[in-house]
Amino acid sequence: MRLELLYFAWVRERIGIPRETVETEAQTVAALVSELSAREDRYALAFSDLTSLRVAVDQVLTDFDAPLSEAREVAFFPPMTGG
Amino acid sequence: MDIRVQAEAFDFGAEANSFAQARTDTGAVVTFCGIVRDTEIDPLNSMEIEHYPGMTERALAEIAAEAQRRWALLDVLIIHRYGLMTPGEKIMMVATASAHRADAFAAADFLMDYLKSRAPFWKKEHRTAGTDWVQAKESDEAALGRW
Repeated sequence: MRLELLYFAWVRERIGIPRETVETEAQTVAALVSELSAREDRYALAFSDLTSLRVAVDQVLTDFDAPLSEAREVAFFPPMTGG
Repeated sequence: MDIRVQAEAFDFGAEANSFAQARTDTGAVVTFCGIVRDTEIDPLNSMEIEHYPGMTERALAEIAAEAQRRWALLDVLIIHRYGLMTPGEKIMMVATASAHRADAFAAADFLMDYLKSRAPFWKKEHRTAGTDWVQAKESDEAALGRW
């Protein structure tokens, strides 16, 4: 499955790119995170504390257990600071 | 409902005025404006706001729709900027219109609580002392429990 990954704020800075396209068979967000973390240190560093991260699948806020079937876009970012 | 996500500055007075004049069945308008704040003790040179194009508009529309479900609102306006801003610049505004003031006040309060931690914006502060991302406060998340 082809997924578009987006990174924002310090997650983007730690990983070093704002977006990328990946081929993955990961079934959940958590599985995708493990796969990325195993790939390179910069991912492992960005994903080291999931409690300080938020995830959106297809632009809807969700949690790390969320399934990725049908997903096209997954975004990782720190807790939001709007307003 | 009018939702705008933009880099450009906006005229708070003109926006509030035209919002208040838009219809004749409005009896109450509440506005809130968020401003880039400097402090003497830890000077701020500028603030950078990043957002998630697409999700931002969608999240704001959902938050505004939820406010409309909960209160008797005649109209809602949200303007939120992104990009680089200096102290004193207006970051965002919300305005709510209702027949009576209680709905407009409560809805504006609700919109601000949700906007803070459910709209995908991130603030980075460039201070004389250094540059860092603004961290979300636990009290911001806890504030959602009020609703």
